[in-house]
Amino acid sequence: MAGTSKRSMSPHSSQSSSPRTSSCEMFGYVGIEAVLDQLKIKAMKTGFEFNIMVVGRSGLGKSTMVNTLFKSKVWKSSPVNKLGPLPQTLQLQSVTHTIEEKGVKLKLTVTDTPGFGDQINNDKCWDPILNYINDQYEHYLQEEVLITRQHHIPDTRVHICVYFVPPTGHCLRPLDIEFLKRLCRVVNVVPVIARADSLTLEEREAFRWQIQEDLKKNGIFVYPQKCFDEDTDDKALNDKIREKIPFAVVGADREHTVNGKCVLGRKTKWGIIEVENMAHCEFPLLRDLLIRSHMQDLKDITHNVHYENYRVHRLNESHLLTKGAGWVTLSPPSRRTTPGRCQSLRWSQEDLENGS
Amino acid sequence: MDKEYVGFAALPSQLHRKSVKKGFDFTLMVAARLSQTLTIERRGVEIEEEGIKVKLTLVDTPGFGDAVDNGDCWMPVVRFIEEQFEQYLRDESGLNRKNIQDSRVHCCLYFISPFGRGLRPLDVAFLRAVHEKVNIVPVIGKADALTPKETQILKQKIREQLEEQEINIYQFPDCDSDEDEDFKKQDAEMKESIPFAVIGSSTVVRDGATRPVRGRLYPWGAAEVENPYHCDFLNLRRMLVQTHLQDLKEVTHDLLYEGYRARCLQSLARPGARERASRSKLSRQSATEIPLPMLPLADTEKLIREKDEELRRMQEMLEKMQAQMQQSQGEQSDVL
Repeated sequence: MAGTSKRSMSPHSSQSSSPRTSSCEMFGYVGIEAVLDQLKIKAMKTGFEFNIMVVGRSGLGKSTMVNTLFKSKVWKSSPVNKLGPLPQTLQLQSVTHTIEEKGVKLKLTVTDTPGFGDQINNDKCWDPILNYINDQYEHYLQEEVLITRQHHIPDTRVHICVYFVPPTGHCLRPLDIEFLKRLCRVVNVVPVIARADSLTLEEREAFRWQIQEDLKKNGIFVYPQKCFDEDTDDKALNDKIREKIPFAVVGADREHTVNGKCVLGRKTKWGIIEVENMAHCEFPLLRDLLIRSHMQDLKDITHNVHYENYRVHRLNESHLLTKGAGWVTLSPPSRRTTPGRCQSLRWSQEDLENGS
Repeated sequence: MDKEYVGFAALPSQLHRKSVKKGFDFTLMVAARLSQTLTIERRGVEIEEEGIKVKLTLVDTPGFGDAVDNGDCWMPVVRFIEEQFEQYLRDESGLNRKNIQDSRVHCCLYFISPFGRGLRPLDVAFLRAVHEKVNIVPVIGKADALTPKETQILKQKIREQLEEQEINIYQFPDCDSDEDEDFKKQDAEMKESIPFAVIGSSTVVRDGATRPVRGRLYPWGAAEVENPYHCDFLNLRRMLVQTHLQDLKEVTHDLLYEGYRARCLQSLARPGARERASRSKLSRQSATEIPLPMLPLADTEKLIREKDEELRRMQEMLEKMQAQMQQSQGEQSDVL
């Protein structure tokens, strides 16, 4: 995949209105397009980083899903055998692996959130997660404001947060809504219907519709956000995805034989659920979204929108905006967990939609 | 009817297809996590089969455990159970005892989520709050979410946790030694499969060549409710209706209700009476007063006066009986 994406919001790629860049007729083949190959080679040498966070109550198959997505034992132990006691408080756990495919190296970091939503009183259980996400932005910011910067700042920022909704078949619960409301403002969030093999196809559709209504009603904008669609092609592609969100997914890291083929699935007494079979569940849609089609977009939005929001807020806090660039000493971050209190500086969905 | 979270709504309509030995009341409470705030809903139905009538009352608790903060969310449930005991105690202490309506909860089906790794903190808190007040039958709901191995592991984990947390679930009485081998085997199998893993459905599905059955139809096959290889529904139904219905009622009356009653009377009686932990209906020390639980609701003046009259008449009767008892005191043994 090329290093610069069409969907980047940096000033370089947008159509400039400067008179110096008007298009001109070309008389022969110059070889400009070879730059794509150069970018590709460079990118393959550096490799890619991708950071994914999974959130949800215990037992919803988060670890299995990660293993299924990346077809590797990212988490060593299978969740069913985790017979230990539930953690008393939310503790985030990260693991980093380098996966290679066809010469492309991916440094994958997965952050799990065991203990989320498992207590009797789950009030503010989202705070440690918000703090973690903001901490990663802070680390990046600290690196970025140094006078002598690293050639490549290690990127630990969370590019996507996959939220696992329990398959109740009813509607989003208060905890789901509280979490999603807060997190959508700081990170890309994709909700999924977890363990969807316990819902019939009709139940899934009804549940999906209800969740979409709940998200709308509460002003929760999940990835892919409408306001970032750059052109009509994007919009068409993303509209199709948005219709299907939340995907009803099933994870499995065991193989079974079905009609002579070896498939990943779950074997019950009444049939085998094939994870990669679209007739059985929507796991392929999630995989395609996260890995095959939108991985770069997720990183771009994280960098150009969420991180920028954080940066603006922090710089404003440190009263640096009016002074301009130069020596920068940031005041220590105030320990607020939901950034974006200075509404006037924050990009907002409505502003972008109104074209301001 | 709304599709319920764990499919239990289908259970009552299937329960009545089996025969019952005699007509009576049975109150079944199900506790499972559903929508936004906790409410207690009661539905009554009279079922008849081959001349036997059963008045079944189903108590549902939608909203249980759904809030962000579920602290004490079990209190309304506990209060409900105790209110039924209270009502019975008042009726039993009244004059017209022939037609007492038994609204006490005889069995509580507690639905455990198949997605967790056993009992959650909320499950443990609820079970500890009610295990001395109602027969608990733990059930794993939506069992079609689990593979056979996962089901086994989960059941084992739950059994361990119940023991660890000292939660008293309903104990199936042991078979009589003179029962036949088949019955004993069936009984042992049933005990082994607790907590029951159930699938609930009242939809009839036709899966290809098989005969129509109640179940849930998926693209990969149909999970059948009444197939013993698919889930423990048949065991649960047999237990609740065929074999242990009467025992559940007896345990409710002889153990749980009596425990409630003793606690109630002790806390209301005069200090001297508290030393005797007797189940006998008469307390020696309370010669002139029969302590009764307070009426929680706002009754009309007339009703209060009527009850006062009743009390006075009862006191006289009991004084007479006490005198008789004191004569035969030596022969009476302590009943606990």
